Amino acid sequence: MHSDSDVQFAFEKWDKDIGPHRNLFDLRLRELWHSYDLIMLFVRRDFVSTYTQTILGPLWYLIQPILTTITFTIIFGGFAQLSTEGLPKFLFYMSGVIIWTYFASCLTKTSDTFINNAQLFGKVYFPRLAVPVSIVISNLIAFAIQFVFFLVSMVFFALRGFEFHPNWLILLTPLLLLIMAGLGLGFGIIISSLTTKYRDLRFLVQFGVQLLMFATPVIYPVSSIPPQFQKLIMLNPLSAVVETFRYAYLGEGTISVGQLAYSFGFMLVAILIGAVIFNRVEATFMDTV
Amino acid sequence: MSNTVISIENLSKAYQLGKIGTGTLHNDLKVWWARALGKPNPLLGIGLQDFGNRKGETVWALRNINFKVNRGEVLGVIGRNGAGKSTLLKILSSVTAPTSGHVKIKGNIASLLEVGTGFHPDLTGRENVYLNGAILGMRKAEITRKFEEIIEFAEIQQFIDTPVKRYSSGMYVRLAFAVAAHLEPDIMLVDEVLAVGDAAFQAKCLGKMGDVANQGRTILFVSHNMGAIKKLCGQAIRIHQGQLIASGDTQTVVDRYLSDSGAELGPSERELENNKNRSGTGQAKIIKIALMDNNGIKNKIIGIGKPFQIVIDVGFESDISKIVIGIQMANQDKVHILNLRSDGQNRIFGPFKQGTKKTFIVDIPGLPLYPGIYLIEPWVGEHGGKRIYDHVYDAMQIIMESTGHYESESIIKKGKGLMFVDCEWEESSLNSII
Repeated sequence: MHSDSDVQFAFEKWDKDIGPHRNLFDLRLRELWHSYDLIMLFVRRDFVSTYTQTILGPLWYLIQPILTTITFTIIFGGFAQLSTEGLPKFLFYMSGVIIWTYFASCLTKTSDTFINNAQLFGKVYFPRLAVPVSIVISNLIAFAIQFVFFLVSMVFFALRGFEFHPNWLILLTPLLLLIMAGLGLGFGIIISSLTTKYRDLRFLVQFGVQLLMFATPVIYPVSSIPPQFQKLIMLNPLSAVVETFRYAYLGEGTISVGQLAYSFGFMLVAILIGAVIFNRVEATFMDTV
Repeated sequence: MSNTVISIENLSKAYQLGKIGTGTLHNDLKVWWARALGKPNPLLGIGLQDFGNRKGETVWALRNINFKVNRGEVLGVIGRNGAGKSTLLKILSSVTAPTSGHVKIKGNIASLLEVGTGFHPDLTGRENVYLNGAILGMRKAEITRKFEEIIEFAEIQQFIDTPVKRYSSGMYVRLAFAVAAHLEPDIMLVDEVLAVGDAAFQAKCLGKMGDVANQGRTILFVSHNMGAIKKLCGQAIRIHQGQLIASGDTQTVVDRYLSDSGAELGPSERELENNKNRSGTGQAKIIKIALMDNNGIKNKIIGIGKPFQIVIDVGFESDISKIVIGIQMANQDKVHILNLRSDGQNRIFGPFKQGTKKTFIVDIPGLPLYPGIYLIEPWVGEHGGKRIYDHVYDAMQIIMESTGHYESESIIKKGKGLMFVDCEWEESSLNSII
């Protein structure tokens, strides 16, 4: 039994329909795009709040990679005598450390999205992906500062007469960063979604990232390892990025288009799976977190 | 095209009591695997209902809610604590998804479930206005346009470039509310946020809400403050244990709610003629007591700090020339907190003839007590003498409730001591005081 108004009602156009289940692939990317301002404000907040009331301020972005690079230079370059393909040791490690750090910080920080923002998410709705996306952009600022330092170091070493060969592949830098950002974000939001139920994963991420660095050619070049292991190392989608980055700026590294395409594809899959899981968890995580 | 902007259809939301999940990944996988094969949950006790891969009971925060809201309507949502009001707003604002049912919405929606959401203590007032505004759904250009207005509303012009961690709590909530008050969504969800600021600022907030309502926006307003609900809302719905039990014009719904809540706790009026728990000579006898809130409604639930009346009927059994009326109040530990007596205010009543009956009313301007249940003991005594004609020990219970009179009410809990006092705290360096 339908009255006229009921029938009319059924054909009405609604802007939003909130139901128990969302379409798996309804990722609300348009909404995310519309929260561009919000993302940039989050970036600003992270930047300002991290360094207020510190003496060195953003210099902290430099201290960590420099100390890491020096440590690597002494231990792996000095004591362990690992090959650096004839490149200045400092530059070799520095190049690996900064691009690796970008990935690692994207991953570890986005993996805490739900837990760190539970309070905020419980009170107001905005596209949740804005938070991890803003983290990836924040980290890009840190990378930029480190990158400038890397360029300065290159000039310094060049003036001292060391040989290395930057080449046109440096044009690929944005692509390399995109792959690192995407991999960090993709895995980060997968972990973040799972930690709403299993907190253990947070601890796993902490040292998992450290271990992963040894499976990536950060402290050694791919060319220096036995051929049967090279294949294995190149299965790691991060390897090609680090090697290409190093080749572009320093002129040594093992690169191929296929490898890069593999990393890129891997990144796309990680992002897609991450976004789908994140989207699913987001709907009700307030009830379980 | 109908005028409906929110349509809520069979909305239900279940929450899990107790532990979420089976606690271990191993058990979760076992349950999940069994389900994939179509077998029953292996961890479930016999006769228990299966709620996904979880163990334990569910509680329905909302059950089959249906209603529609028209454009421009200001709808009050009332109900006791835990009735499901906040859950409803959370679903409407997409913070959490319903368990079943649908909500359909036309236009954009902004929710104010809390003021100052996302404020960062290290950022300045200005930066927080932008951040908070963006979190609530405003574009940057829009915030810039309204910036001056927001600062003016919050009354913190000279502190706008100071980090908010150095603000007083009053400044903080004023700024937070100011941002929220300048949102311009089609539909606005408001949850108890009016309980901020001092009385003057609250009045200003209510005024602002009224303006918003007059601009033709649709508002859903959850509050325990019946005064504010009546003032702002044309329509109201009442939720009780997750179910919609009343809807209609505000006056009717609110009155019914108040009288029901009174009934749940015993009546707000009591005959005392045959009460045995009393002492005194019996020359005068307290025969009835009633409580009235500041809306003039018989109500035993009184907001802390809110004025109310106690009405006492006294019958005289013999001729009495002059009497003093008194009210004692005790907490649940039987500690006496107050003894109000009419001669304290130079009010001495009488003379009265035998057989007459009189009503006495005491206006109490508001009590700074912690929320809780208190006992009222009325008494009648001789003026200028020591004789007590009548003293009823358990005349009535009064429930003091937090209803947003004080700025700091949101954090009031029963502390040590008897009274709650709304005071200001400051820190200063040593020599500035000397």
